[in-house]
Amino acid sequence: MIWADQVVQGILLGGYYALIACGLSFMFGVMRIVNLAHGSIAVLAAYLVWELADRLNLSPFLALVAVVPAMAAAGWLLQRTVLDRSLRSGALTPLLSTFGLAVMLDNLLFERFGADTRSLAPNIGDLAFNSWNLGAVTIGQLALLTFGVALALLGGLQLFLNRTPLGRAIRATADDPDTAELVGIDARRAYAAAAAIAIATVTVAGAFLGMRATFDPYTGPAQLIFAFEAIVIGGAGSLWGTLIGGIVLGVAQNLGSQVSPQGFLIAGHAVFFVVLAARFGLAGRDPRSLIRALRKAPA
Amino acid sequence: MSDAPSIFVQRWSPVSIAAIVCLGALLVVLAFGPCFLGAYLTDRLTTLFIYVIMAAMWNALAGYGGLVSIGQQAFFGLGAYAAIRLSHLGLEVYLALIVAPLLVGLLSVPLSTFALRLRGGEFAIGMWVFAELAHLLVNLDGIVQGETGTSLIALSAFAPDTRRALNYWVALALMTALVAAVFFLLRSRVGASIQAIRDNEEAAASLGVRVMATKRLIFVLAAVGCAAAGALTLSTLISFEPKTYFSVQWTAYMIFMTLVGGLGTFEGPILGAVIFFVIETFFGASGVWYLVGLGASALLFSLFLPRGIWGTLRDRFGIQLMPVGYRLQFRSRAET
Repeated sequence: MIWADQVVQGILLGGYYALIACGLSFMFGVMRIVNLAHGSIAVLAAYLVWELADRLNLSPFLALVAVVPAMAAAGWLLQRTVLDRSLRSGALTPLLSTFGLAVMLDNLLFERFGADTRSLAPNIGDLAFNSWNLGAVTIGQLALLTFGVALALLGGLQLFLNRTPLGRAIRATADDPDTAELVGIDARRAYAAAAAIAIATVTVAGAFLGMRATFDPYTGPAQLIFAFEAIVIGGAGSLWGTLIGGIVLGVAQNLGSQVSPQGFLIAGHAVFFVVLAARFGLAGRDPRSLIRALRKAPA
Repeated sequence: MSDAPSIFVQRWSPVSIAAIVCLGALLVVLAFGPCFLGAYLTDRLTTLFIYVIMAAMWNALAGYGGLVSIGQQAFFGLGAYAAIRLSHLGLEVYLALIVAPLLVGLLSVPLSTFALRLRGGEFAIGMWVFAELAHLLVNLDGIVQGETGTSLIALSAFAPDTRRALNYWVALALMTALVAAVFFLLRSRVGASIQAIRDNEEAAASLGVRVMATKRLIFVLAAVGCAAAGALTLSTLISFEPKTYFSVQWTAYMIFMTLVGGLGTFEGPILGAVIFFVIETFFGASGVWYLVGLGASALLFSLFLPRGIWGTLRDRFGIQLMPVGYRLQFRSRAET
């Protein structure tokens, strides 16, 4: 029954991947920018929360209350200073500038915090290791909380986009910034708001990264890759697809780890490439065509 | 006004002829490098040749092909690994260093079918994931011993001075061959095709450009070049730790050199490699701040000087040393 437990752990881990992928997916959906500094920003947030929690002996959750608005403001600023400018100079420039930013951030973090690995686990007491035992399956409280937060964030974002005036403005700008401006929407403002929201969600993800594992200044790129894999597996552009993608990735990794110690990462990357190959094999670019094709296929 | 200016297309200019002659002379002098340079400079120049290869390859891919890859370290690492493997199988070690990149190029052909269907950011990180996967799979090979790594033992059969000179000559030869390959590709029909694809893929396809074949050519060339850089680095370092060779840092270096020198210009990346080489020589020891500086420069250049140093100079003064493009010249009859 170890397999059943691994699948459940994988699903819960998928919650974390969905959480970290949420901001990347959102920014890509609205601005068509793949933010290569995404993982590094998550790690920066983890350090900020850790700094506050450690210095003031605060709960990381309380520290988040201070760090999230600060990071959202930084996201706004990032849009105004870097992304806006790079968007105007061609499709490739955002990749180059955000990659430069990632290299800069990682090494600045190293300069400030050194090579030691840190964790927020000591700051959250029993929550770090308490779990419920359900026979063969164990459910960690923190893992379940992460999953719940991911659900709430994805659902909240969906509601925000569908129901609020700012959400509508962001969707309109995502569809066509020029036409949006014609009907009185300030596209730059909508983009900046979207960037602020994306960075705020990354901040939450960074805090959970710190609580569930250890991190060091160079943890960022791996988080970017996991987030990206979750998005591609789930089908880019859909927030709920991201959750499914995260779960598929988490389950594959946990099952892979049963085969060999390196199997965790190999299985994750392998499932990513298999999904991509399936997507290409089945003519359509839309991931939903994959599901349709599977439905049509004789069982 | 019947005196309409006559228009003609110029490929060679007096400046470019002079530049080619100077370059040829420089190569001849460099070929005798180990005879007069001394141990330290020979080693350093070998490193510079490797940087030139890396920059030229990344530029061919991104600057001309419009394909930004964050995963070129995959080929860099695989090139070094293939050299170790071939040498382990009994191939003469310097032959292994030359065959290894070709093997990696062969591997990149099926990969290209897959990778080139990805767009923009998907291609960029998709290649990165491929690099991670290649790293993990190489670790599984028994002779690599996981992250502990191994070394190119066969090289220790050579006396240090002989090895240094051989490394230098192989690096110089591969650099010349690869940069020349980029030069002739850009001058050929492929050069015009690939730039048309970069600027607008659909429009290029509608004009009859064979999009996939052209992109594949550039992709495979960049794979061979980065693998050569990896194999050459192995020849200078001898030890092979997978973590070092498959590090994304190599791609960061390539991006820095290309952006600073001039993305999408032929001469720019070579200038960028020289600048990087000088910076590394003087500031490499300062460790992390030096890397912060590299990242910051890449960020600033991409935003404020997207054509790099060479591209900006070229746009302002209209100089082009290497005749890779076409220049439209007007000659008014009234003046002649």
